[in-house]
Amino acid sequence: MLTGLHRNRRAQIALGLFIGIAFGFLLQKSNVTSYQVVIGQLLLSDFTILKMMLSAVIVGMIGFFTLKRLRLVQPHIMSGAAGSSLAGGLVFGLGFALLGYCPGTVAGAVGQGALDALFGGCTGMLIGAGLFARIYPALDTAILHRGEFPATTLPQLLHASERLVILLFVIVSVLFLLLLEHWGL
Amino acid sequence: MLAYLTAVSWSPYLAGAGIGILACCAFLLSDRPLGCSTGYVKIGGLVERALRPAIVEKNEYYRMIPPAIDWQFMIVPGIVIGAFLSAVLSGSFHLVWVPALWGDTFGYSPALRVVVAVIGGILLETGARWAGGCTSGHGISGTLQLSCASIAAAACFFIGGIAMAMLLFHIIG
Repeated sequence: MLTGLHRNRRAQIALGLFIGIAFGFLLQKSNVTSYQVVIGQLLLSDFTILKMMLSAVIVGMIGFFTLKRLRLVQPHIMSGAAGSSLAGGLVFGLGFALLGYCPGTVAGAVGQGALDALFGGCTGMLIGAGLFARIYPALDTAILHRGEFPATTLPQLLHASERLVILLFVIVSVLFLLLLEHWGL
Repeated sequence: MLAYLTAVSWSPYLAGAGIGILACCAFLLSDRPLGCSTGYVKIGGLVERALRPAIVEKNEYYRMIPPAIDWQFMIVPGIVIGAFLSAVLSGSFHLVWVPALWGDTFGYSPALRVVVAVIGGILLETGARWAGGCTSGHGISGTLQLSCASIAAAACFFIGGIAMAMLLFHIIG
């Protein structure tokens, strides 16, 4: 692990900026910063987002587990629960469709000139962050830990080896993408 | 090479593969999952601390995610700059108040669009912090680590999103 670099605060601020710039560039080039593309995905008429995300996950998964084997990266996995992952995920979904962007693509949409993303989306996001900070203590005691998942990773859940699950995930994802292309979606 | 930089769009598979490599770079170089929603907590927290420092000092959530200019903060302005560069290079930077699909369905009033976008933004960031991540943090960085929480959250992002989009465009609109 590059621990020295990880601890260098200034270098990390610069890295955050550079990784953000590359991320924004790729998001814009893949068209997912467009309102039409996001809503098209949610109306199941345009699968650009799913294609981009699955491609990122497949490439990232192979890269991450290779780097992990070389002891260059460590996992960052949170434990899940119905009260956090599912409930929070559904609230996110409602906002996803109302806004027509997600937290990353709303910033990308601002970069390509979408004023609804800047004055509407980003304002809402900052209000949402402040709102969540206020309701967090109550949510934490009442809901977030309800229905905790029995395992943190898919290999643990399925009692299967990491390699086998990665292989299956990649095969199923590629087949799904081939089907999407076959159906002309 | 230059043709790639000035292209209006890339194949989603090519751009996605680039984002997969970028997610690996974030783990390797910064020991962090690539994600955006924490950045808004940092930015919002800094704004709030400037206005009402006492509330931020006492808040449990801001103690967990201290408002500061750091890696997670910088991702958000980075995305704006990166998307701006990409759009300008391909000549697709345009100032637009109301996206065409929204306008054709609900009219071209910027006020209505902005009000709904604010409500959407509030639900989006609240949901992201509630679930512990967003489409990039859970959908890409968590899913590629085979995390159960991330795969479940990402599925719910789309289930909630599809339900609300169908309601908006097939029932109301």
